[in-house]
Amino acid sequence: MNMSIQEFLQHMTNGISLGSLYALIAIGYTMVYGILRLINFAHGDIFMLGVYITFYGIGFTPIPWYIVFLLAPILTGLLGLLLEKLAYKPLRESPRITILISAIGASFLLQNLGILVFGGRPKAFPTPAILGKILNIGGVSVARVNFIIPIVTIILLFGLNFFILKTKTGMAMRALSKDYEAASLMGININGIISITFFIGSLLAAMGGIMWGVKYPQIIPHMGVMPGLKCFIAAVIGGIGNITGAVLGGFILGLGEILLIAFLPSLTGYRDAFAFILLIIILLVKPTGLMGEKIAEKV
Amino acid sequence: MKKKGLYLQIAIIVLALVALIFMNIYMDNYKIKILNLSAIYVVLALGMNLINGFTGLFSLGHAGFMAVGAYTVALLTMPLETKTMNFYMKPMVPFLLNLNMPFIFALLAGGIMAAIFGFLIGAPVLKLTDDYLAIATLGFSEIIRIVIINLQSVTNGSLGLKGIPQMTTESISGLFKIPIKTNLLWSWGIAILTVVFMKVLMSGSYGKAFKAIREDEIAARSMGINLFKHKVMSFTIGSFLAGVGGGLLAVHLGTIDPALFKFALTFNILLIVVLGGMGNINGTVISAIIITVAMEALRFLDGPLKLGFMTTKGMPGLRMVVFSLALMIIVVFKRDGFIKNTLGKVRGKYAKN
Repeated sequence: MNMSIQEFLQHMTNGISLGSLYALIAIGYTMVYGILRLINFAHGDIFMLGVYITFYGIGFTPIPWYIVFLLAPILTGLLGLLLEKLAYKPLRESPRITILISAIGASFLLQNLGILVFGGRPKAFPTPAILGKILNIGGVSVARVNFIIPIVTIILLFGLNFFILKTKTGMAMRALSKDYEAASLMGININGIISITFFIGSLLAAMGGIMWGVKYPQIIPHMGVMPGLKCFIAAVIGGIGNITGAVLGGFILGLGEILLIAFLPSLTGYRDAFAFILLIIILLVKPTGLMGEKIAEKV
Repeated sequence: MKKKGLYLQIAIIVLALVALIFMNIYMDNYKIKILNLSAIYVVLALGMNLINGFTGLFSLGHAGFMAVGAYTVALLTMPLETKTMNFYMKPMVPFLLNLNMPFIFALLAGGIMAAIFGFLIGAPVLKLTDDYLAIATLGFSEIIRIVIINLQSVTNGSLGLKGIPQMTTESISGLFKIPIKTNLLWSWGIAILTVVFMKVLMSGSYGKAFKAIREDEIAARSMGINLFKHKVMSFTIGSFLAGVGGGLLAVHLGTIDPALFKFALTFNILLIVVLGGMGNINGTVISAIIITVAMEALRFLDGPLKLGFMTTKGMPGLRMVVFSLALMIIVVFKRDGFIKNTLGKVRGKYAKN
């Protein structure tokens, strides 16, 4: 195995930027799971909606791209909130399997609506020229977007951290994920907090989606499925319900995937299997994930 | 009372068989194909209902086990010439090249292969609960699919397999002088067999143990039910049925490729199970037929529509939107499955008289 240092660094930047995207999407899963104990199967499709909203915003409105990049996530966040109201809220007291089926149904509904409304053919994401440039630093040539992605991710993560640790809403959120019933007895507006959770999760997914579109500019209505599944896996690896864990899981998955292809090119075909194999190993060895807390089963 | 029910069931089966023979003679090929597909979905949905509905294990790995069954059946029944024609990119492993069996043994082998996979996967994974189990089984089903794509010398990779020989009803048709059309009797025969098997299984002690586990694991365990054994058993039998259904599907379609066995296929079966009611055999059979027929009948939705005075352009995707919406509405408003409720109402009406 002979790989020059330049090549290695190139793979590393690629892996880190992919990992950042996974981390952003995984946060949405982990936040929703922390509060509702629900795998939001439709999260990957919310991510897809974010990309398409940006696509239409840039292509069909006179709004400049940087404003679209800010507005589209907010709109996607509202859609995520709407999804919760329609598909999950009526089932809050039902068995978990019922609500999981509803989530799967919502995911398929969004995909098929995507095909119906956006068309099933792949579209080219309109990457602003300024982001698409290729930089060359000491023989390492990397697309500019691969530098921007981790930076934006870190900024968003700091913002989220501040929100969750320092604001009252964030405190309510933490209380809700610790003990749902006790929190509701303390006078926390549960529906409001859940709405905010879905809003933030979807907003971050859309942010990730926009950068995903810049990095991989071919978009189709099914594009959310694989990243969605992988980011859920990232959340499980890190310990579901734990935001730091989700970020860690995202980076492990992104870097692992890229480095696997870089060092063992013969296994390229198994790229998508890597995440699933990692998931099953984690579930069997440490089901609570790397940073998750052990929850004792009460009878 | 019990005897009466048994006679009634036997009468229904005999009636269904007679009806099938007539349909096989008089119906055109398209209708027979749809009926065939319904039978296959009956087998598949019963397998999933055993795992998800009766035992309460939320598994989403059906498509993977179907793929195992489908590929086993295809590779065991395809003659040598078809195999060499299919494997033009990379030659097939010589061991499999000359392996050939009659259809029924191949189907059995497909089921057994899927059951072995189910057992191997189930043994470690079934310790997980609810959504973890769902995601782990979904993961395994994806892994199976990815392995099939990459094992080109065995499965022909993403090119798929073409020219899988059709089931013939020669032995039956020779006896009754029925023209050979397709394989209606095969698939419905197996479907009826599956229904009977499920009825017998669920009325026995194993069935009661499965239901007890679904209702309350801890209570079931304290009553002396071996949780692990019963869970693995239910999962293995369900996988066997998935393998058989997958094999039937492969023969029905005549051509298979890894893209067929994506999560969307599992979703279709889940739709049937949810509509028919979790843990309801009759409901599952009825809903399998309804959904399959409706999937075909609603194909017009994808084409141009005439809405009174205006005509819309073709809208590919509308059909699946309708189905996903149907699933959502049923789950949100009718928690116990639509057909189960309706059947209960009908029964209640007549029971009063």
